[in-house]
This record gives sequence, structure tokens and C-alpha cells, in this order.
Amino acid sequence: MTAPARAQAHSGEPVLEIRGLRVDYGRGRKAVHAVIDTDLTLHRGEVVGLAGESGSGKSTLAYGATRLLRQPGFITGGSVLFRPDAQRPDLAIDILDATAEDLRRLRWRELSLVFQSAMNSLNPVLTVQAQLTDTLAAHLPNATRNERQERAVELLKLVGISADRLRSYPHELSGGMKQRVMIAMALALDPQVVIMDEPTTALDVVTQRQILQQVIELRDRLGFSVLFITHDLSLLLELADTIAIMYAGRIVESAPAQQLFRAPRHPYSAALLESFPSLHGERKVMTGIPGSPPDMQKLPAGCAFQPRCRYALTRCTQDVPELTAPAIDTDAHRRVACWLHDQAELPDELSRPEPNGEPRRMVVSAPVPGAPEPSGGPR
Amino acid sequence: MTNMTTGTPAVPASDRPQGAPVLEARGLTKHFRVRSRAVRGKARFRGIVHACEDVNLTLEAGRVTAVVGESGCGKTTLARMLARLVKPTRGEILLDGKPVPHGKLHEYRHRVQIVFQDPFASLNPIHSVRYHISRPLRIHHRARRNAEVNAAVEALLSRVKLDPPGQFADKLPHELSGGQRQRVAIARALAAGPTVLLADEPVSMLDVSIRLGVLNLLGELRDIEGLAILYVTHDIASARYFADTMTVMYAGRVVESGPSLEVTAHPAHPYTQLLLDAAPDPERAGPHVIEAKGSAPSLVTPPSGCRFHPRCPHAMPVCAEQQPPDISVGEGHVAACWLRHADYTYATDSPTPAGK
Repeated sequence: MTAPARAQAHSGEPVLEIRGLRVDYGRGRKAVHAVIDTDLTLHRGEVVGLAGESGSGKSTLAYGATRLLRQPGFITGGSVLFRPDAQRPDLAIDILDATAEDLRRLRWRELSLVFQSAMNSLNPVLTVQAQLTDTLAAHLPNATRNERQERAVELLKLVGISADRLRSYPHELSGGMKQRVMIAMALALDPQVVIMDEPTTALDVVTQRQILQQVIELRDRLGFSVLFITHDLSLLLELADTIAIMYAGRIVESAPAQQLFRAPRHPYSAALLESFPSLHGERKVMTGIPGSPPDMQKLPAGCAFQPRCRYALTRCTQDVPELTAPAIDTDAHRRVACWLHDQAELPDELSRPEPNGEPRRMVVSAPVPGAPEPSGGPR
Repeated sequence: MTNMTTGTPAVPASDRPQGAPVLEARGLTKHFRVRSRAVRGKARFRGIVHACEDVNLTLEAGRVTAVVGESGCGKTTLARMLARLVKPTRGEILLDGKPVPHGKLHEYRHRVQIVFQDPFASLNPIHSVRYHISRPLRIHHRARRNAEVNAAVEALLSRVKLDPPGQFADKLPHELSGGQRQRVAIARALAAGPTVLLADEPVSMLDVSIRLGVLNLLGELRDIEGLAILYVTHDIASARYFADTMTVMYAGRVVESGPSLEVTAHPAHPYTQLLLDAAPDPERAGPHVIEAKGSAPSLVTPPSGCRFHPRCPHAMPVCAEQQPPDISVGEGHVAACWLRHADYTYATDSPTPAGK
């Protein structure tokens, strides 16, 4: 069974625009610049994947954009525009300027999060029901107890958990079910944007696939946008519409998923793609990327990837490249931050032609609305 | 690998001249006893976790054998039993074809060394790299005088590509990156002069971009020094890349084993098919071929018969009743699945069964 053809993956209207965001850890001269001048746009109904190694600033970007950073993290610049109404694209709220009350209204109702370890995000001494209805009570004070209860059942069904699990405590659920509960909770108020920070990293591949299929299915049904943060680029290639790759606090390349996979433009993206062994074809020697990810406290001058880059030029050690449209592409959505694209000659690896035709996305089985999880049972 | 008719351990496929068996597991079984404290007079619950059941495995010189499975399938328990960190409930370990005597851990550890998953936890934060590597050198009497030890430490550091060695020897673990720490852990294992290296998820804690570097290093140790390597992993793509043979475990049992390219190209057991199907794969040609129900079972009360049968889309009545025998499905390729048994019809030519 194949998924119904998605004629249009997303409507093209931006819902969340991150512009020039800067986040530091610490103040003054010892401050570590964790996110530097980052631009990222999330369109309605779009899944944007944000990939990067640990310490590249991908989670900091998400927490900064939602004002969830804790000390010693500080936002030192930029804006995060949220456009709540599809009909009125000129109406925008800058999350970074929002008051506490604005934020309270915005969070969860419009913009929710799923964290990495569901195991630690659920309260171990409260039942699933208590935790789901708590969220509803906080944001929908006018709803009656019964309405909240009904909505909780509905939400669990949405993520494929049978209603009898409402009375369960988190320890009675498997890791996959806990993560589903977290997703249900994130969707409780029908948000427009869901940020998922490594939601499946702690799970097994089989459970991971089930949950990701569910996310895509729900996205197709409910039309929210997803910012999906992960270190696993191979996962994003199947899941995301657009992929942004972060390295040392900056986005170094962003492109539609298939374009990035078939025709990467940044040496880091190309090398990262070469770091995932394939399940098909000849077994060939792959080298990974030499060296180690940089220490954010002492970043090299110029492009941060330059010490590990096989094509590095003298210029790369002096100036930081800007994220711009590569000269060789016609696709308006591509951005790359690399000086090589100013050169007349590009390495073959970085100048492959872009693929044509339908973008390939994760294939989802036909959705069974409200189907309970097949085997269930606490582990 | 057991021979299905007689139940005696089968000789591994002899098409590999360099593959002399070094370390063998025969019927290795580990049951952990668990209990929970009484709550308000309710009975104490006693149970047995069937972590590893009747596992046969052969590690050969100059070959990498991967053990692949999800968390909780018993793969780490198996590695720990082979390292003799955990005592098997049943079964025996053979080194060079001879049963390993009780005790004599010192001699055993000289031959068999382990590299752990987390290089942030397996190195002592207050000791230098030099200390970490010199301890096994002294303990196993491979170097005595200080000058000898220092020379050996530097030689080991260059063997794991930490160049220049002088620069790394006096560093503390926190001054190193994850990949460098794991290389120190490998150098420490090599310091004992082993013939067998057990690597328990050696790269899963490392950044994606440096994983292949560490795997390639282990590959070199296999090719140049003829080490027998056990590679425990949950990542079937890296096992395909790196390992010569592959053993797939599910819920404490081996479900399939064989040459790694063969197993990934023609998976014979539905669980292997599921694992391959679920792995992220940008090159995937079509829709998913297998839909499994539920999640991995409790190992306190494992399912009867084949442990995968409650989730298997092809399950037959016999699967719930009897543990399937190991059935040969190709050269050196064995699957423990009733679907492959001669008494049950199955289209053996299609790698992935269509329909139910």
C-alpha cells in the first residue's frame, strides 16, 4: 500500500521564520557562540530536518527560537517571526520580543515540543491521563472535566494507543509508547508548529520507523509543520521535505531533501552523506570525515569546517562564507555557505546535476484512524 | 551454528583459509534472576530474565563477526560472557578449540580483550593516556622497564592512529574527543596482546562523521594483524559495511547468521527482514515489505516456540509450539525459522515474502 500522492508537500507560506539568530553560552569575552547568525524558515505543513553532530548547536537553535533556553544561554541577536494566521501573512509575532503572557499563550497552543528522552519528560508518579488533562486544563480553562477526558482519549487514539492505557503510569509503557504519549501531548492543542528534538534517538529502529510513519501520517492529516532535529542524516533523507545542515553553530547548507542527497553542494554535507554505509550495492571503503568536530570555545578562523575539508582554499582560513544561493543551481530554495562556489571550477562531488522528478518521501501505509497499538501490553 | 539433525556444533563454512576458529561459544546461555521487594504484603515476585539462550558463535582469525539486534536482545550479555565478565548459566567457551578452564582469568584476558561502548565512562578521568595503556603492558608482562613501557605505549598509540604519540600520551581523557578516547580504549585492549577483540557497540556513542574512522581502524587490525573481532551493534548498515559474517539476535536467541552481504541481500528470517526494512535507507526502492506488530517481548516470560512469532506476519501454528531448528538457506547462511523448513511450503527464491 502506498501513500496517497502528495501533490503539494507544503503550501509555501512561511509559518516560522528564524532570522539571524545568535545564541551565546556565557557572557562577555568567555562567551561561547553556540548559534551564529542562523536563518531558517519553516513553511506551513512542511517537515524541515535540522541535522548536525553533537555540539553543532541544533538543539540550542530550537530552544533559542522558542525562548526555552536556560542560563547560561543568552539570545544575543536576531528575530523569530511566528505567523499565526494563514489568511493574514503580514501578521507576525516576534517570539524574541514577546511578553511572558504572550509566550504562555503561544507555547503549546501554537508551538509545541517533543523532547529527546520521553522517559524523562513524563512525570513518573502521575498517570498518562493526569498528564494529558493537565495540559488541557492549563490552556483550555473553560473545558469541562468530561471534555478534557474525551480529548485525552481522542489524543491517545490519534497516536495509536488504546484508551485503556490512560490509567497507566509511565513505567508501565514501553519506550515507544512513552514517546507516542509525548507526541499526543504535543498535539493536544492542535499546534501549527511541532519541534521534535531527537524524538527517536533512544528507540530501536523498528519502533523509530513506526513512530516516524505516524508523525508523517498525522502531519498529512492535521497539517502542522515539523522542525525535526537529529544527528541521523540518513533518517531525514526519507522523512523531511527540506534539510538544513548545521556545523559549529552555523547552517552550512539547506536544500530540498532529495536535492541534498543527490547533489550536495557543501563539502561537509557531501562527506556526511559518505559517512552512512549503504544497505545496497558493492561494499566500498568509506573514510568518514578526518579530524574531530571543532571545539566551540576555540573555533578555527574562517570557515569552521576548513581544517577537515579536503578542498580548503586559502580564503577559507580567513573569511567566513555566507549562506547564499549557489551559482550553479537554478532552484531558488538552495543555500550553501562555501567559498568553493565562488570558484570557476568546482569539484565533481559538489557539482552533480540536481535530480528531476517527484521528490521521494517516506512511504506510509494507509492510515487506520484510531487503530489501537496492535500488541500493546506493558513490558 | 548447530547442525539441525544431530544438534552438534557445525564446522563453520571452510571456504575461508584465513578463518581459523579462535574463540567459540557453544550453547551459551545466561539467565539473570530478578526479584522485587514485597509491597504491602503482596507476594515477592521472583523471575528469571532469559537474556541469552543457547547461542553458538565462532570468531575466526582475521575476520569480523557482527552480532546485530535491538536493545535487550542479549547481544551485550553475549559479549560480556565471551569476555568472562559474566558467568554463563550454561554452555561453554572454547579458545583455540579447547574449553576454557575455570579461573585463569589472567591468561584468558591476555588472549581476549574487550572495548566498551562508552569511551566517556570506560577511561578513568584522573589517569593519563600513558597510564591507561601501560597498565595492561605491565600486568601482562609485555614490557618491564620504564623505557620499554614508554616505547610500547607510543607504538600502540601510533597503531591506533593517534599521531604524534608523544602529544597524546600525557593527556587526560577529558582533553580528548570521543573518537580519540575510543582509540585509547582500543590501544589499551591491544596492549594485552590479544588475538580476539570484543567490541561492544564501539562507535554508537561517537559522532557520525568519525564512526567510520574507528571502524576502519578495527578493519585494519583485522587485515594486518589477523585479529578475530566481535562487533556488537544495533546498526545493521554498519555491520554490513564492516563485518564478514553477521549473526542476528532477537529476544536472546540467534535467529539468523551468515556472510553479512548475503544476510542483508537475502534475509531469510522475518525478523532480519523487519530490521532491514526499518533501517533508514534513502535508496529504498519501494514501499515497506513487512509490517510487524507490537514490540519486543518480555524476557522474563518469553513467548513459546519461536520468540518472534507474536510479531511475525507469517506465523504458523507450529511457530508458537516449537523452537525452530537452524536451517541452512545458503552457503554458511543459517536461519532459525519454520518457514524455511522442508515440511512447510515457502517460496525460497524471493528474499522478501509477498503477502501473508
